[in-house]
Formats: sequence, C-alpha cells, structure tokens
Amino acid sequence: MAGLARVGLTGRRLVIGVPLIWLCVFFILPFLIVLKISFATQMIAIPPFSPLLDWSAGGWLPGVHIDWTNYQYMFSDSLYIVAYFNSVRIAFFATCICILLAYPMAYGVARSPERWRNILLLLIVLPFWTSLLLRVYAWIGLLKTNGVINNFLLSIGIISEPFQMMNNSFSVYVGIVYSYLPFMLLPLYAALSRLDFTLLEAASDLGASRTRAFLTITLPLSLPGVVAGAMLVFIPAVGEFVIPSLLGGTGVTMIGRVIWDEFFSNQAWPVASAVAVTLMMFLVVPIMLYQHFQTRAEGRA
Amino acid sequence: MNWKIGTGFAALAMVGMFAATAQAEDKVLNIYNWSDYIAEDTVAKFEAETGIKVRYDVYDGNETMEAKLMAGNSGYDIVVPTAFPFLDREIKAGVFQKLDKSKIPNLKNLDPELMKRVSAADPGNEHAVIWMWGTTGIGYNADAVAKRIPDAPTNSYDLVFKPENAAKLKDCGITFLDSPTDIMPIVLNYLGLDPLSSDPADLKKAEVLMMSIRPYVKYFNSSQYINDLANGDVCVSVGWSGDVFQAQARASEAANGVNIQYSIPKEGTMIWFDNVAIPKDAPHPENATKWINFILKPEIAGANSDYVAYANPVPASKEFMSEEVKDNPEIYPSEEVMAKLFAVPTKEASYTRLETRAWTTIRTGQ
Repeated sequence: MAGLARVGLTGRRLVIGVPLIWLCVFFILPFLIVLKISFATQMIAIPPFSPLLDWSAGGWLPGVHIDWTNYQYMFSDSLYIVAYFNSVRIAFFATCICILLAYPMAYGVARSPERWRNILLLLIVLPFWTSLLLRVYAWIGLLKTNGVINNFLLSIGIISEPFQMMNNSFSVYVGIVYSYLPFMLLPLYAALSRLDFTLLEAASDLGASRTRAFLTITLPLSLPGVVAGAMLVFIPAVGEFVIPSLLGGTGVTMIGRVIWDEFFSNQAWPVASAVAVTLMMFLVVPIMLYQHFQTRAEGRA
Repeated sequence: MNWKIGTGFAALAMVGMFAATAQAEDKVLNIYNWSDYIAEDTVAKFEAETGIKVRYDVYDGNETMEAKLMAGNSGYDIVVPTAFPFLDREIKAGVFQKLDKSKIPNLKNLDPELMKRVSAADPGNEHAVIWMWGTTGIGYNADAVAKRIPDAPTNSYDLVFKPENAAKLKDCGITFLDSPTDIMPIVLNYLGLDPLSSDPADLKKAEVLMMSIRPYVKYFNSSQYINDLANGDVCVSVGWSGDVFQAQARASEAANGVNIQYSIPKEGTMIWFDNVAIPKDAPHPENATKWINFILKPEIAGANSDYVAYANPVPASKEFMSEEVKDNPEIYPSEEVMAKLFAVPTKEASYTRLETRAWTTIRTGQ
C-alpha cells in the first residue's frame, strides 16, 4: 500500500476517481464525439460525414476540416427555435404538474406508518417493471376515440360524443407526466422522510396554523427534493421523442422530432449533431449558472 | 479457481475465437427485415433445409435500418431496404457487397422487367434482388366514404387532393404516410408535373396543394393506419398496398362490418421495390447467399406473397398462391396500369433537405 500511496493512489482519490472516470466515459466522451460530428460535412459514405482530421496531405500535422454551416441552419430557419421553445414549454408544464401530483403523494408515503412505507414505495416503482413502450401503448388504448375511457363514458350516458383525447397536447402531457412521475416522487420522498416531524409539533405548540407550519418549515426543508425531482423530469422531458411520437399530434413539433428528421430523413448527421449540441448548451448552461449562484448564496448564508 | 487454470481457459477461449473465424462460417444467419413481411413458416423451412439457425429482427422504417448500416458493424447478414432512395444511396455509400451470382442459381427465376426497374438504384443488379414490390395508393372504408360522398371517385387521387372531397371526409379521418419521399412525387404527378423533378418551384406547388387539404388530414403516420382502418377509426389512408390488404384481412377476421378496399389511382402512382442485400461487413455472407437463393424458389416466394399480400419478383411463384392474391389487379396490376407507375430515383441532398422542410410545414400545418 505504501508503494501505491507514493504514486498518489490513495483510497480517497480512488473513491473520487471512479465516478470521475464514469462521467468521462459515459458523458464527456459521447458529447465530444457529437461535437466533432457537428463540425463535419454531410456526404454519402460510411459513416455519412467527413472526417475532422485530414491526413491525406502528408506531413506531421493533419489538415483540420471544420464546417460551420450546420450551425447556420439553426438561425436561417425558425423551425429549430420554435421546436426548442415548444419542447421547453411542454417540459416545464409537465414538470409543474408532476410537482403538484407528486408532493402530496410523497408526503403521504413519508408520513405513513413504517410497515406500509416499503409497500407504497414498491408500488411507485412497480410500473418500471413493464417496458415504457408497452405502458405508452396502453395509454393509446385508453385515450383513443374508440378507446376504453370514451366507450365507458358513452355507455353510461355521461357524454354523447367521444372526447378527442389522442394525438393532441393533452395526450402528450398525460404520457410525460405518467412516465416521469416516479422520478419526481422518489427524491421528494427522500427529502420529506428526512424531515423531523417534531418541528411541526413545536410549530403548532407555538401557535402556528397548519398552513403556516407547512409554508415555513416543510416546504423550505423539502425544497432540495423538489429541485432534484424537477431536474430529473425537466431535462429528459425536453428531449423526449418516444412519447410525443406515439401519443402526440402533428400540430406541435418538439426538438426530438427535429433531430430525428435531420438524422433519418435528411441523413444529415452533422446537422442533427449541431441541433443536439445547441440544445445541450441551452439546457446545461442555465442549470450550471443556477448551481453556481445557488452554492454562492448558500456560502454567504 | 487456480490462477494457472484460469489463464489456461482464457488462452483456450482466444484460440477458439480465432479458429472459428478461420474455419467455415458458423451455422447462423442474422436477418433484419420489415415487420409482418414474411410467411410464418419460411424461416423454419430454411432452417430445416440448411441447418442454419436464423436470428430474425424487424424494423418498421427504412430510416432505422439505414442508420444502423451507416454506423457500420450492424452484425446483420441480410437487410431489406427500399430501392429508392435508400438502396440507391446505400450502394453509393458502399454499404453492400456484390452478390456471388454463381452461388444463386435461382436468379433465373426473377422477372427481368422488374429487375430492370431497380437497376437505376443498383446498376447491373450487382448487389440486390427484389424481395417484394407494391404500390402506394388509396386504402378506404367503402361504406363510410359512400355515405359521405355518394359517387366518390375512389379510383382517383381527386378523393383526397380535391379540398371539397377532403372536407367531406374530415370527420371520419384522412391519413397519409409520414414520409415526404413517398408522398411528394405522387402530388407532383397529380399536378401534372414530373414526379422526378427536383425543381424547388415544383416542390412549392406540391406544398401549396398539400396545405390546401391539410386542415382535413387527421394524422401522418406510416404504420398506425393499418389498425385504424381495420377498426373503422379512419376512413381514407394514402398508404402502401400490402398494409391496406392487411387492414382488410384484420377487419374481416374481426367481423366488425368494416369493408376496406384498396385502389391504384388512375392518375398513376408510385411503385416501390424492397430488396434483399448483404452488408459488406456481414459476418455470415455465405449463409446470406444461401438465403437469397432459398427465397427465390417459386414455392417459397409464392407462400410469402400469399401471406403478406405483396407481389414478388418470381413469376413462376403464382401457381403457389391463392386466387385472391394472384388474380388481384391491385396486387398484380395490368400492363396498362403498370405503364403509369413510376419509381423515383434518389434526388440530391440539397433537394431532400428542402423536401423534408416542406414536409415539416405540411405535417404541422404551420
């Protein structure tokens, strides 16, 4: 061990190093590959884009081939910006709905008797045992014009005309909220179960109303859970492709579909990569800024 | 386990790996074909005849398959791309190996006229043979359409491209394939323009026509319409012939009173060819060659067509088909109709980009 310590391989570095390597291999490396492709030129070949480094000229240094036009497309056509804002809007409202639904549920689970908790948590993650695709298909069966819900409502005479619940933004929200709800529930539960409920008793002893106790104690203490859950829902929901393509209508184009079109219909891997990199920048930069100011604010406090 | 034994096993395993590549191919064949596109017992018959174990995967769009091929090392020995634009540009990209024609004696069974039509994608038919072919046309719910338009022009694209007709059909649902390369040439042809045109001005005219009927279109999707036609959820779909026949079969199996018909519109429409080809990096090219020879047997080709309701390129296979398939003019059109069908070779990447963009406008209606 002493030998290992001399080259700097201590237990602490090892513990930090493993996640760091993980991050490099599964996040930074793929991102660099996408970044590289986004500067290539589309061509008919395997793979269908030009190489970044050109060794054909000979010599010690390769020629570097960079094509900026892929990024120019994004500003020459409103399609990309419109699709981006559509995605952000849908993801934002879906996240809000998730918070409103998940908060009371997580609170209920956290305050339920010990022996019930594990069963309730199991029920929350149970849907993951079925493939996402199957669960989304099941929603088609429920929501469509001839579907289970409409047929039931028609048969008991509540409605005379079937509701249009499929292929519109309603069905997209249902699909996204349903699929991502557990990602909101679990961090919220983690935050709420750590909450010391004797604080609430103290507050009520001191004469605070239940609402006041909730707003001044429970909510601020569970805020980290809300933020973590919101990140887990919002970020994947922005890039969501499967749910809108199965449940959604044609009226609203999300950024996932735009990338799909570039990649598959136009066979333009470079433009698709450029759209993906831009999306990353739009998402990651604000989140990093938020984190930065958050830690600074906490440090000051 | 003892350390020495462990390394011994590892060494043995590595020797085994090299030996396997040096020797003849494993008795395995990896096929990647469209979903619902083969008779149920074809794979079993091939396995029984050759002793080769088949792994059979499916896709529902050329794009998915092409992306795997273009990334390289797909691991598949047989894929089935559509001639235009996919097979065409994949051959240009160097995705496929040349067929060893000396090992495929059944090539003689192919219809030379049809093979000539795909030679624009595959000069000299060096890389691929046709698996199935068909048309893009109108699938419709006969009773629902007749109720809304008494003398409906179901044998003409007027049914969907004339706004007054489309408006009457809106409530029961019009759908299109979600694929600009399948629909836009048909629109150009309907307008009396050249379907092979890559003039942006022509594309604009086609876009204007599509936008005029856009408010009456329920959705654009290339697979959902099979079920929706069969269930009576939609009543007119511009789609692929075999898919409509599948909808017809499902409706009659369900005995739900939905009467689905298919027509090749009189203005002429697109003919398409799906082709069997072997990727360059296929791990088992010899087995793949055996598969191609096998599917060109008249009895096998006939059984496949009988099941999927698409025409195959082997004329002698007709005696192995039921009359509903071989005598159906919508599957095997008359020569007069054949003359009006067109295939559309791949257009330039710059035009494809414009076409995809126009399609996004049409699809979103904005």
